[in-house]
Amino acid sequence: MAVPSRRSRQALAVAGVLALALGATACSGESKSGLDPDSPECAPYSDYQGHDGESVSIYASIRDKEADLLQEAWSRFEDCTGIEIDYNGSGEFEAQLQVQVDGGNPPDIALIPQPGLLERFARAGKLKPMPADLKAIADANYPADWLKYATVDGQAYGTPLGANVKSFVWYSPKAFAEKGYQIPTTWAELIALSDKIADSGQKPWCVGLESGDATGWPATDWIEDLVLRTQSPEFYDQWTTHGVPFNDPRVVEAVDQVGSILKNPRYVNGGYGDVKSLTTTAFQEGGLPILQGQCWMHRQANFYANYLPDGTKVGPDGDAYAFYLPPVDPSKGKPLLGGGEFTVAFTDNPAVQAVRRYLASADYANARAKLGNWISPNKHLDINNVAEEVDKLSMQVLLDDAAIFRFDGSDLMPAAVGTGTFWKGMIDWVNGKDTKSTLDFIEGSWPK
Amino acid sequence: MTTATTTTAPADAKRTPTPGGTAARVRRRLSHPVATAVSILIAVLWTVPTFGLFVSSLRPEDEIKTTGWWTAFTNPQFTLENYQEVLFGRSASSGQLASYFVNSLVITIPSVLFPLAFASLAAYALAWINFRGRDWIYIGIFALQIVPLQMALVPLLSFFSQGVSIGDVTLLPAWNLDDEEKFIQVWFAHTCFALPFAVFLLHNFIAQLPKDLMEAARVDGATHPKIFRSIVLPLIVPALAAFAIFQFLWVWNDLLVALIFAGGGNEVAPLTVRLAELAGTRGSEWQRLTSGAFVSIVIPLIVFLSLQRYFVRGLLAGGVKG
Repeated sequence: MAVPSRRSRQALAVAGVLALALGATACSGESKSGLDPDSPECAPYSDYQGHDGESVSIYASIRDKEADLLQEAWSRFEDCTGIEIDYNGSGEFEAQLQVQVDGGNPPDIALIPQPGLLERFARAGKLKPMPADLKAIADANYPADWLKYATVDGQAYGTPLGANVKSFVWYSPKAFAEKGYQIPTTWAELIALSDKIADSGQKPWCVGLESGDATGWPATDWIEDLVLRTQSPEFYDQWTTHGVPFNDPRVVEAVDQVGSILKNPRYVNGGYGDVKSLTTTAFQEGGLPILQGQCWMHRQANFYANYLPDGTKVGPDGDAYAFYLPPVDPSKGKPLLGGGEFTVAFTDNPAVQAVRRYLASADYANARAKLGNWISPNKHLDINNVAEEVDKLSMQVLLDDAAIFRFDGSDLMPAAVGTGTFWKGMIDWVNGKDTKSTLDFIEGSWPK
Repeated sequence: MTTATTTTAPADAKRTPTPGGTAARVRRRLSHPVATAVSILIAVLWTVPTFGLFVSSLRPEDEIKTTGWWTAFTNPQFTLENYQEVLFGRSASSGQLASYFVNSLVITIPSVLFPLAFASLAAYALAWINFRGRDWIYIGIFALQIVPLQMALVPLLSFFSQGVSIGDVTLLPAWNLDDEEKFIQVWFAHTCFALPFAVFLLHNFIAQLPKDLMEAARVDGATHPKIFRSIVLPLIVPALAAFAIFQFLWVWNDLLVALIFAGGGNEVAPLTVRLAELAGTRGSEWQRLTSGAFVSIVIPLIVFLSLQRYFVRGLLAGGVKG
C-alpha cells in the first residue's frame, strides 16, 4: 500500500488536470447570430422559411477544411430559416452509414459519393423518394447524365451536390512553353508527344498508386478512362453493371492501352525510377516531379491542386495546370470521367425537404463555389463564381455540350470489386502480372 | 521496476530447492553483459519508429512530405507549427482539440470505473459465495469473451435508438438520447464489452486468495460486504490496477465504439475521432498526424507511468500464485 500523503497528492494532481481541462471547454461555447427572417438579406430564403427551431442532421465523408466551407455556405440559410443543420463528417462514412441505418438511427440527410451504395439503400427501402417539387428543381438544374446515377428503377432519390473531374492530365505550362510542346487534342498526339519526350532522354509520365489500404485506385481511373475512350459510353455502362464480363476482350484491349503507358519503362516513372516504383509512390506525391522538371505529365483529377505545395502557381501560364485527357476518336464526343456526392434523405419532413431543396438550388451552388475549391454539375452555377483556374476548366469541360459524363466505375461496381479486387488486381498488374489473368481474377471475384 | 525485482527475488529463491537450480541459472544468464546488450538493442529497435514520429512532428510540412525524418540530422529544420496547428488551429466544424480531450476523459474515466466496480463484485460473488449454478454462470461469462464486439454493434445501436420489442409488445422504449446524453451510450457500450474479461481476470485473482483468511473473517463475524471491503479489495489492488490500465488504454484508443455510439459531433466525440479527421477529406494535411499522435499520447503515458508499479506487480503476482 502506498503512503497516504502521496496518494492524496496524486489525487490533487488529477483533480487539477481535470479542472484545467473543464475550464478549457467552458470557454469554447459558441453563440448563434440570429438574423431577422423578414430582412432584405433573407429575401432569397423566403421559400424555405416556416420551420423555425427544427433541426436537420447531415452526414457525409467531407471533413475538416472542406466541411468548414460546406457549412459556411449554408450558414445564411440557417440564420434566415431558423433550421439548425447538424453536420457530421467522418472518414469511415460508408461503413458507419450502414451501421447507423441497420441500427435504426440514420441521419436525416446523407451525402453519398457512391451510386452503388445509394442504390443499395434505395433497394432496401431506406431512402425517401424525392417529392415532386424537388424533382422539378433537380430536372431544371442538373444534366440527365448525372441524375440517372441517383435514380433506381425509375424512382429519383437524390440530387448531385459537389463534383470532381477525373479526365485530366496535369502538366507544367511553363515547361511546355519552353520546349515548344503543344497540348495534345487526340490520343495519337498524346502518344506522339510522349515519344518525343522519351526520345529526348526524359520520362514523360509520373504516376503514384500508393494510398494506404486503397492502393491502386489511381490505376482504376486510368482503366475506366480508356474503356470509355476506346469503347462506347454504352459499353462502359454495361461493363460497370456487369452486363458484359469484366474480362471482356474489349476491356483487355483498353487495359493494354493503359499498359502501353503505365508499364512502359520508357514512359514512367519520371522523378521516381522505374515501373516498380509506381506502387510505392504515394498518389499525393505522384505529380510533384512536374514542378521539378523531372516529369511532364500526370493524369489525376482536378482535386490534385490540393496536393501541390503552397505557393505553386496553378493556371494556364503557371507552374502547373491541367488539360483534358484527349479522346481516341474526337468525332465521338468528349468522354468525361468524374465523381461527386448525391444528397439523399432517410427521413421525410418539411424541414428536411426545405434543406434538400436549398442544397439542390443554384443559390447554394453559387454560394459554395464562391468560397473556393469546389465545383458542381449545377447548370446554373455561374462560372465567374468559381474561384480556382483549374476548377473553371473543370466547369468548362463538365458543361461542354460534347461532354459525355460517366461516373467513376469503381463507385458503381459492388464494393467487393470496386474497392477491393479491382484495386488489388491493378497492383499485381502493374507489378508484372499479364492483363488477361488480372482481369480473369477480378471477374472471378464479382459477387454472383 | 526496482520494487518488482526486489520483491520477486526472494520468492524465486524460496521456490528453488537447490542454489544451483534452473531459476538461478536463468537469472545468471539473463544478467550476462551479452544479454544486457541484446535487450538494449531490442529496446532501441522498438523505439526507433516512435522516435522517428517524434522527430517528424517537429519538422516543417514541406520537409515531412518530401524527405524522411532521418534527414533532420544532416539538415536540421525544426518548428512547432504542427503542434500549433493541431492544438490551436480552429476549424469551424470541429472546434479545438481541447474539447475532444475533455470528451475523451469524460468517456474514459467512467468506462474504466464502471466495469471495475461491477466486475470486482461479480468476481467476489462467483469465487466465494456458494449458490446454485455458480460455475455455469462463470463459464458463461468466460465464454462471452469469445464474442467479438463488432457483432454486438448493430443490435446495441438499435437497442438504444428503437428500444426492445417482441411483436407489438414494447419491453423497453427507445432511449432517445441527444447531444451530451450520448455519453451514456458510450459508457454503457464500453462497460458491456469490458465486463467478461474483467470478471474473468478478477475472479482468477480473488479465487486464489487464501481460504483461511475468509474463514477467519467469518469466524470473527464478518459479513460478505465486510469481507469484500476490508479484506478482498485491499488485496486485489494490483489486479484492479492492471485491469484499469488495460481498460484505460483500450477506451482511450478506441475509435470504433466511439464513432458508432458517440457520433462525430464535437459535443461527445473523443480525441480519436478528431485525429481520424485531422488529415482532411483527401488526406492532404497528413503532416498534422505526427503532432496529433503525440498530443494524444500524453494522458496514457501519465496513467501508465503512475500505475506502472501496480501493473508489473499485478502480472507477477498472478504468475507466482499459480
